Formats: sequence, structure tokens, C-alpha cells
Amino acid sequence: MQNHAYRSRQLGLPLATVFAAILVAVGALIGASGAANAQQTTASSDRIWQDLKGDVFGDRAILVDSGVVRIEAPKRAQDAAIVPVDIYIDPAKAPAGIKSVTLIIDVNPAPVAATFEIGKDAGVTHLSTRVRVDDYSYLRAIAETQGGELHMAQTFVKASGGCSAPALKNQDEAMATMGQMKLRQFPPQETMTKAQELQLMIRHPNNSGLQRNPLTQYFIPAHFVQKLSISQADRLILSMEGGISISEDPNFRFDFTAHGTGQIQVEAIDTDGKVFRNQWPLEATGL
Amino acid sequence: MPIDRIRRKLVNGFACTAVSAAMLPCCLGRSALAAAYGLEFKLRKVADGVFAFQGVDELMSAANQGAISNLGVVVGTDAVAVIDSGGSLIEANALIAAIGKISASPVRYLINTHMHPDHVFGNAAFRQISATIVGHHNLPRAFEARGAFYLQSFREQIGDALIKGIEIIPPTILVDDRLQLDLGGRVLELQAWKAAHTDNDLTVFDSATRTLFAGDLVFIGSVPTLDGSLLGWLRQMDALAAIGAVRVVPGHGPVPADWPAALTAQRRYFEILARDIRKAIADGMPLRDAVKTAGASERGNWHLFDDYNERNATAAFAELEWE
Repeated sequence: MQNHAYRSRQLGLPLATVFAAILVAVGALIGASGAANAQQTTASSDRIWQDLKGDVFGDRAILVDSGVVRIEAPKRAQDAAIVPVDIYIDPAKAPAGIKSVTLIIDVNPAPVAATFEIGKDAGVTHLSTRVRVDDYSYLRAIAETQGGELHMAQTFVKASGGCSAPALKNQDEAMATMGQMKLRQFPPQETMTKAQELQLMIRHPNNSGLQRNPLTQYFIPAHFVQKLSISQADRLILSMEGGISISEDPNFRFDFTAHGTGQIQVEAIDTDGKVFRNQWPLEATGL
Repeated sequence: MPIDRIRRKLVNGFACTAVSAAMLPCCLGRSALAAAYGLEFKLRKVADGVFAFQGVDELMSAANQGAISNLGVVVGTDAVAVIDSGGSLIEANALIAAIGKISASPVRYLINTHMHPDHVFGNAAFRQISATIVGHHNLPRAFEARGAFYLQSFREQIGDALIKGIEIIPPTILVDDRLQLDLGGRVLELQAWKAAHTDNDLTVFDSATRTLFAGDLVFIGSVPTLDGSLLGWLRQMDALAAIGAVRVVPGHGPVPADWPAALTAQRRYFEILARDIRKAIADGMPLRDAVKTAGASERGNWHLFDDYNERNATAAFAELEWE
């Protein structure tokens, strides 16, 4: 836990440097081999990943397709600004539990989309959210077990192309409603399990700030939810750090195991330091 | 193949205009580029002094040279106004050449109806002829956030040859709510809308002939694309219908069409899409599943349905979840 937080902070500091390096790398790729080639192959996404993984995970071994974690996304993104992504954890394959899951989108200007920490005994086996995808890219989920092993799953997403841009649709509305939250609670689907589903929605422009203004060449300032925690009665279910590629109006749907009948509490902090809090009673599940 | 055709036409264009070019060097580029438009560029008269070009119902490509949206021209006694610049410089220059054949007045205004590439990629050609660009007050902001992405993503879609020279050029006259442009003998009424197709939609009404240039607030035949607000579009549909036009030049589809009958099909499409998405949300269905079926009953009614419906459903889901 301590170690994880430290690692995240370490990552946070040189983040701008990493972004810049990636931007340069992508630029060089496009310049060297022609945009069409660079954008259509899995190889260019993989090249970025090979350069990136040391920055994120050092020289630690990453086990691929071990079944501990699975990731799903549409083969072709429909709306570049809202690409649904589902991450599944198989508890049977990670008996000690999963500590965190990092979501990476290779070709985005800031590839580390978000890191999710999963509460002990929270019972989270499925997390779905929505992300911005700038171009043809692998989406990768890297799960870290309590024992410190890294497991990765990946899926390739073709960019939506055309005039679907990974940008805000209705900027005035996004600013006017910022900070509103909504929690939906879904009853358990199988009667034998205690797990139930929650969907947390937060109104926020969640602008990555990595679009370069073509008129001034300056980057548009970043403004996104960079810390989020979802707990039940002060017991962590799920938290998130990063969040740069999470779509406008961040949206998280996940299963969890309720412990008692305590309230669901949410705290979100954005890059301007604004704090948004809310809480809701746990709805009766019939258990 | 299309590139070869462009090259060949360019060579022809240069050869044909070589003599006049010697005297009027500034015309060389324009005539040559106009000739480079390998497809027939047909500017049709839709009313007295009002002309329109009808784009093809396709996605932008090298083959169609980006000419997929409808463009408009209104001729006054002093000046000409152009509505949208098209999806490439080749198309824009073909338009400028065609205008030269119907009027000797200068093109004073280029009006951008919204931010999408098929409507604004020709802007640089109009800067070249010193036209003033007019747009919604949100348009510069939209270009800031998306312009670089458009140039990158369309390089792949339409090819290096066609993207070359295309620039994102923002308007210098901004429309906050309404604005009148006097062309001499006729006044255009511009209206800025709240978020609908995009958050920077602008319409142009020529009261002299009661012709409405609706931009992409109106789609006919080609499925509407949602890049703003479904609720906003539905909410403003009545206000749009109340415009006292007799004909409309839609952003996509047949030119011209009867008004306000032109709105019927898209209103139905959006109502069905909203109904299907609302039901999915109420049933607790996740976005990724809901978008597979929402609006499916409309498939037979639209061109490009499979290209855009799922995207529309995705945007609609994210919006309607907050109701």
C-alpha cells in the first residue's frame, strides 16, 4: 500500500517528461514511416509499449495472458471520446487477491490512463469505464497481485477515425454541471452470490489537456479528476489515480461485496484541487 | 489512382492557363486547382441569386476529394457569401472557380456552419481570396480542442496529397446569438444555436428568397451524426421548424428540400434512438451492449447507417444517463 502510493507519486512527478517523450516518439514514428502505416499496425503500438513499460514498471516481469486479468473493448471505437472498456479479474487465479490494475492506452499522449487500487476483500472482479482513444492502439490492463506479481491482458482498438474526436461534446454544459454525482445500484444477478453492482457517475469535463491548440501551438490546460475513492463505511472498495484518458463525465461500473449495511462514500479530487464528495445509503439487496 | 488523376489534371490546368497566368499570376493557382477537381463540380441554382453544391453521401476519401457536404453561395449586388468551404482545398478552389462564373462580385464572407472537417477544410482557399470567415462564438474553442486531431486523423483517411496545405483557420467574426450580413440588395440572417449537432452550430437564412442553409442541423437521407447534444437537438427542433423558410439546403442530402418537411425523418430517428437508449438505461444494460441494438429499426431508412448509428447511440447513452 505504502509502496504503491510511493510508486504512483514517483510516476506523477516526471509525468510531463514522459508525455513529452511519448509525443516526440509518436511524432518521429509518423514522420519516419508515414502516418497510414504507423496508425494501422499493432507493431507501432507495441513499440511504444516496449519503450514505456520500463518507465511504468521498471524491469519487473510481466506475465501475459495468464488469465488473472482480462480486458475487453470494441474492435473499432465508435466514438473516440467514449470507448467502453471492461476489465475482469479472476479471483480463482489470484487467490491472495489483486492490489491494483493499471490501464494503459499506448498511443494516447499520456499512455497511463489510470491506476485502480482495489480494496482488500472488496470482491471487485469486474470494472467497466469509458476512455478516450486517440488512434489505433492496444489497451492494456496490468494487474498487480498482493504478492507483487504483474499480469497483463491486452486488446487492440482501431480508432474511430473521421470527425469523431476525443474531445468534449458540450463544453458549456460540462462546466455548468461539474461535480454532480449519481450512484446507481444494481441488485445481485445471481442469488447465490453476495456481490452486487454499483455505477458511479461524476460530471466533469475531464480534459486531458494534451490537445495542442493549432492556432497558438500551446497545450490546452489539463482539467481532470485525478484521484477518486469509493468506500463503504470507510472501507475502501476502489480508488483511482491518474485518470487522464478517462472520458468526460467519468463513469465506473463494478461489482463488489458489501460488508454490512454502511453507506457508500465517494471523494473525487481534480487537477485544480477541487474536492467533490457524496454519499448514499446502501440499497437493500434482498439478502 | 485518384492522386494520379489530380496530378494529370494539375498539369493540364497549368498548361491551359499558362498564357493568362503570365499576366495574372495570382489566378494560376486557383484555376489549376479548380481543374484538379476531377469530379464534376456542379453548382446548381436553388433560388434567385442562391446556389448550392450537393456533396455525395459517402465518408470523406481521396476518391471523392472530401466533397461530401453541401455548400452554398448567395450573391448580392455588392458581395458574395459562401456557406462552408468543403472538405479539401481542391474542392474549395473548384467552388471559388464556379462562383467566378456566376458573379463578378468579391467573395466577402465565408460562413462556417460548424467545426467538422467536411465543412471547414477548405477555409485556407477563402483566406487566399481575402474572404472574412464568420462562425459560431464557440467555433474557435472547438477548433482549439480538435483541430490538431482532425488534421492527424484525416491525413490517414483522405491521404497525404489531399491533406497538404489544409489549415484550421478560425472565424474572425463571431456570432453570439444573431447577426445580419448585408450583401447589397439582400441581408443574410445568421443564428447561433445551443448544442445540438455540435456545440457550434450556425444557420444562415436568406430572407429575400426564404432559403435556409441549415448546416448539419438538418440531414436528409444520410444518417444524422451526433457530436453535441441529442436532447439539445430535440429541444431546438421546434424552433428550427418555426423558421419561415420555404426551402432548405441541408448539410447533407438532396438540394434543395421542402421546409419544414425536411425535418420529419431526422426527428423520428432521434426520437427512436432516445426511446431505445432510455429503455436500455432503465433496464440496467451497460453502454457496450445497449449501443448494439439502439435505433436498429431505422437501419433501412438511411445511408451510412452502419458508419454512424452506433456512434450516435454511444453519445446518446452517455448523455441520457444523466436524465
